[in-house]
Amino acid sequence: MSTVTPGPFAAAVAAAHRRGEVVVQPRMGFGDPAVMRYGLATVARSRACTVGTITLDSYTRVGAHEAARRALVDGAPLNGFPIVAHGTGITREVLAEARAGGMPVQVRHGSARPEDIFAALLANGVDATEGGPVSYCLPYSRVPLREAVDSWKRCCAAYAGLREAGVEPHLESFGGCLLGQLCPPGLLVAVTLLEGMFFAQHGLRSVSLSYAQQVDHDQDVEALAALHRLIGEWLPGLDTHIVLYTYMGVYPRTRAGALELLGASARLAKHGGACRLLVKTPAEAHRIPTIAENVTALEYASRVAAAEGPADGPPGDTGVYAEARALIEAVLELDDDIGTALCRAFAKGYLDVPYCLHADNRGESRGFIDERGRLAWSAPGRMPVRAARGGVELTSSGLLLALSHVQRGFDRMGAGDRPE
Amino acid sequence: MKDTRCTAVLGTVASDSHMWNLMFLQLLLGEMGYRVVNLGVCVPAGFFLEQCRQHRPDLVVVSSVNGHGYTEGWALAELLRTDPALDGVPMVIGGKLGTAGPLDETQTADLLAAGFDAVFADGSDPRQFLDFVRRPVLVEAG
Ligand code: B12
Repeated sequence: MSTVTPGPFAAAVAAAHRRGEVVVQPRMGFGDPAVMRYGLATVARSRACTVGTITLDSYTRVGAHEAARRALVDGAPLNGFPIVAHGTGITREVLAEARAGGMPVQVRHGSARPEDIFAALLANGVDATEGGPVSYCLPYSRVPLREAVDSWKRCCAAYAGLREAGVEPHLESFGGCLLGQLCPPGLLVAVTLLEGMFFAQHGLRSVSLSYAQQVDHDQDVEALAALHRLIGEWLPGLDTHIVLYTYMGVYPRTRAGALELLGASARLAKHGGACRLLVKTPAEAHRIPTIAENVTALEYASRVAAAEGPADGPPGDTGVYAEARALIEAVLELDDDIGTALCRAFAKGYLDVPYCLHADNRGESRGFIDERGRLAWSAPGRMPVRAARGGVELTSSGLLLALSHVQRGFDRMGAGDRPE
Repeated sequence: MKDTRCTAVLGTVASDSHMWNLMFLQLLLGEMGYRVVNLGVCVPAGFFLEQCRQHRPDLVVVSSVNGHGYTEGWALAELLRTDPALDGVPMVIGGKLGTAGPLDETQTADLLAAGFDAVFADGSDPRQFLDFVRRPVLVEAG
């Protein structure tokens, strides 16, 4: 049992969980502060149990604050809210309405070297954010892993300092997503857990571990169960919850298919015991969603989750837990300092994210969707995992086919075909 | 043995970290007979230029899907076109280039004026791109 008194964000999630509700959350960020503020206010008023999100733009993510400032001056469109370029005054105003409405807000970014971003979070008293030394480096940058690890160490320590201001900061690992697709669950579960341990080692006491919906409901339920079990084993005493991401890969193009997939993720949250769900909208395959599209998705997911009970029986066991555990143990053996262990693990290939082009990732592993429609390894690289079949040569059309597996299935389903 | 293939330099704009598009284009260009230099994600414009100087490409392919492709792609093309070594080298851009869905005609014209020879909007017929990249290979072979 955790003895940590969580901050507003984690407390809201815990309270909803006690009521049996899944918290739904948008991925939302706009460059214009008025739009951002209105977006938060609208989410707060939606008919769903929500928390707010400020998603940062890509210039801010890579530390190009000057480019963000120029875009603001020129009126060039931004794909998120430039928290550093806007500065504290504007950010406070944006947060004010959400705070007045009692809705906690999380800042989501995707930055391998987030010092400036954390300074802004601290200056604005933002008690929840997201990231991780691996999950915000490999998918998001060309920054060497060692530098990202060192930067995240400093940022975790600084963020833990919010406690002195009377607020327990909350940090979510993005490790359960990585590149969003074609990664078998064992590795996703292992990375998010290791990042949780890294956060704890650097002073955080309230963390969430993530998992992104993949290609098969039963496999996903098994992965979430594995994550629950590993949290109990490796992160005792912390305030923790599991956050699920609605599918993070190539999304269905049709509205019906998109909603069907969103609904499936809401049911998965219930079956897998996830406390919080980050939703996607029918705009996903096409462009950044509007505020209204976000609210519709939140309300839809919330309704589906509310109508769904927990899973009927215990999850199956095809080895996700054992795989994740083997990966975690292989990493922890490398060094007591988890950051150093992570760097060594990638150098040795004990962790190897499939299809990831980052220079510190060996790139020897490959995931694929097997004949039963589940994720499996076709090439394990040097990881302590088992390959289901020999590698096949990767072609451009084969890659597109694998990447569009979920999209095609749900667009067909949306068009009225039932799945086989 | 000497590599006689044409070289394509492939990359994205400085703020864009999406890599599946790059992975796909690397495979596709490879299948088309190119030697591909994949610069990866978040390529600073200066580094892009430096790599082009070093590899003397026959084709430059910029792919961006994060919504900043229009703004940053424009500046990147202007920079690359300042280098005489890239004079006449075909340069294309494609992907999800704006934050509000497909670019309008003026925006596409801006990218062409900045130095791209072709702009492939998201959802455009892949055959157009294949026709385009086939051209330099044929010139070389003939
Ligand atoms: C997977 C994914 C991610 C992963 C990426 C992991 C990685 N490192 O690669 C993660 C989760 C990390 C991620 C992060 C972000 N993402 Co993203 N992501 C996607 C997603 C779901 C799938 C992309 C994909 O894998 N496509 C597969 C490849 C093969 O296809 P493609 O990229 O669409 O490219 C095709 C064509 O466009 C074309 N093409 C592409 N380039 C070129 C170039 C040429 C010359 C030619 C001819 C053709 C061509 O060829 C491809 C095959 O047909 C898309 C939405 C979707 N499509 O469903 C969003 C999406 C691309 N992401 C988006 C955004 C905004 C982001 C973020 C900025 C976060 C945010 N604000 O929401 C960050 C990126 C941070 C940064 N610094 O850039 C937006 C972009 C919107 C826009 N253009 O305005 C999208 C569309 C989602 C959305 N609707 O909001 N993302």
